[in-house]
Amino acid sequence: MNLSLGPLLYYWSRDDTLAFYAEVANWPVARVYLGESVCSRRHLLRLPDWLALAEQLAAAGKEVVLSSLTLIESESDLKMLRRIVGDGRFSVEANEWGAVRLLAEAGVPFVAGPTLNVYNPETLDVLAGLGAQRWLPPVEMSRLTLTSMLAGAPAGMETEVFAYGRLPLAYSARCFTARHYNLPKDDCQFRCLDNPDGLALATREGESFLTLNGIQTQSAGVYNLIGELDSLRELDVASLRLSPQSRHMGRVTAAFQAALAGEPGAANALAAIMPGPAVDGYWHGHAGLENSMEKHA
Amino acid sequence: MPLDLICPAGSLVSLKAAIDNGADAVYMGFRDNTNARAFPGLNFDEAQAAEGLRYAHDRGRRVLLALNTYPQPDTWSRWTGAIDRAAKLGMDAVILADAGLMRYAVKQHPNLRLHLSVQGSATSYEAVNFYREHFGIQRAVLPRVLSLPQVENVVKHTDVEIELFGFGGLCVMVEGRCLLSSYCTGESPNTAGVCSPPKAVRWTDTPSGLESRLNGVLLDRYGRDEKAGYPTLCKGRFEVSGETYYALEEPTSLNTLDLLPEMLKMGIAAIKIEGRQRSPAYVTQVTKVWRAAIDAVKKNADNFKPTPAWQAELNKLSEGQSHTLGAYNRPWK
Repeated sequence: MNLSLGPLLYYWSRDDTLAFYAEVANWPVARVYLGESVCSRRHLLRLPDWLALAEQLAAAGKEVVLSSLTLIESESDLKMLRRIVGDGRFSVEANEWGAVRLLAEAGVPFVAGPTLNVYNPETLDVLAGLGAQRWLPPVEMSRLTLTSMLAGAPAGMETEVFAYGRLPLAYSARCFTARHYNLPKDDCQFRCLDNPDGLALATREGESFLTLNGIQTQSAGVYNLIGELDSLRELDVASLRLSPQSRHMGRVTAAFQAALAGEPGAANALAAIMPGPAVDGYWHGHAGLENSMEKHA
Repeated sequence: MPLDLICPAGSLVSLKAAIDNGADAVYMGFRDNTNARAFPGLNFDEAQAAEGLRYAHDRGRRVLLALNTYPQPDTWSRWTGAIDRAAKLGMDAVILADAGLMRYAVKQHPNLRLHLSVQGSATSYEAVNFYREHFGIQRAVLPRVLSLPQVENVVKHTDVEIELFGFGGLCVMVEGRCLLSSYCTGESPNTAGVCSPPKAVRWTDTPSGLESRLNGVLLDRYGRDEKAGYPTLCKGRFEVSGETYYALEEPTSLNTLDLLPEMLKMGIAAIKIEGRQRSPAYVTQVTKVWRAAIDAVKKNADNFKPTPAWQAELNKLSEGQSHTLGAYNRPWK
């Protein structure tokens, strides 16, 4: 089992983004997902910039996958998608079915992303027939359901599980960050830049609940399966996806690597640098915001 | 015919109300989690479905079956069984979201007409055409996220008939891409066919106001003079940076009467009314207004204007007694 660095879901300055990826070469991740998968208005890195980063990381020995946009709305979104598919140097993560169509047509092997809604082996088999070599379950899928999925999975299909980070839960045409600042989406003034880990949303009694990240809504809780490595191994999961956060990300990857190597203390080291409370309810078949460690305590 | 009126049938009484008041077709679900309105007391068993089909077909109308949740591995046969039953009953179409289930339907029942559900999250013509090429879908229901010019661009680039939501509950998120409900309660539309399920809702009268909770999470607190609505997760009031407001969406309904002339001109095949969970009286009223409006716009699109009486009638039936054009109108975003 190895580690993947998921696509950057937030919007950071060009300098911060480049500085972040300059360090990735030294992190214990086998695979890096690059590109903008959340909002088509984010532009501080253009496709050629992402491709240059991809070349650098590939030269440093990382497997590189380009992540496609999750919500396609306009013709210009499709143009960008066609450029990503047409580049041909790297594998692509398809995050909606239009991308699947283009990748299958082009004969480019691809990763079936978590928003394709693959909930049963038959759908996974459809994707395998179209060129998917790797897939991610929807983040809400439990260990038990994944067990049944994998019992019927097509031969050779690699499974990657979202194992760390705030959970991407929903996508909208509306930008909730722009809405918070009373700005129209078309003139959002790129306020996502002010919130490198999103905007915290709490209930009226101050309980942290969700995170606003432009058109994407995430959990406030940080999904963390570092304590579930045995069951993940048992399922023959190929990779664990770690989702970027603005601080300590190198230490997050190191903690997971240490845990994979069986070093004691890795989970505690990780707990100290998490940007929010841990949650793992989905993995156990419960509400996503639950935390099994708390329940047992 | 363009602009077919598709109305919700949560029960046999609602189905008859929709047909009697001018629906061209109704949509229904079986009585389990194979559809996205899996509420207690709602939907059809096989005998009721057969009776509903007879009632509709005798009057020259159609019945569509929503099978629009995502089949789960251990209960896969529940969904394929529902497809088989739909074919046997003679449903005019099944509305599906899952590619694996579509493959099954095509293989086992090649003459069964397939519609792509809004839960399939297809927002581009590339996605719509994917389902056309691989499974021969005849119609797609678009998620409520595109502006009208974006909808028109989809219509121009596909042979698939396009159906749009016209009225009713408004999902602020892309349908099929929202897990907020399962994050809070363990059950989502994709897997369980419910959003913010009633069994997780608690109302409490407190000194600071009436509180609505979903699995213990405070969604809203109402002052004495405020009207409380059903606690759908995305329509609660929350705190962001010290400000309390409807951070995701107000309690409001979608109402696109104003857009009917444009929808007609761009060749929209059908308008869908949301609300299988609503009462037969609701179905009656909404169907009446939309029948009159669609007839009027077809007669004279250039001079079409919704009457104040229609709008007043629809507002009475709307969540929060207010309505919006949603994403069809760019500023909403």
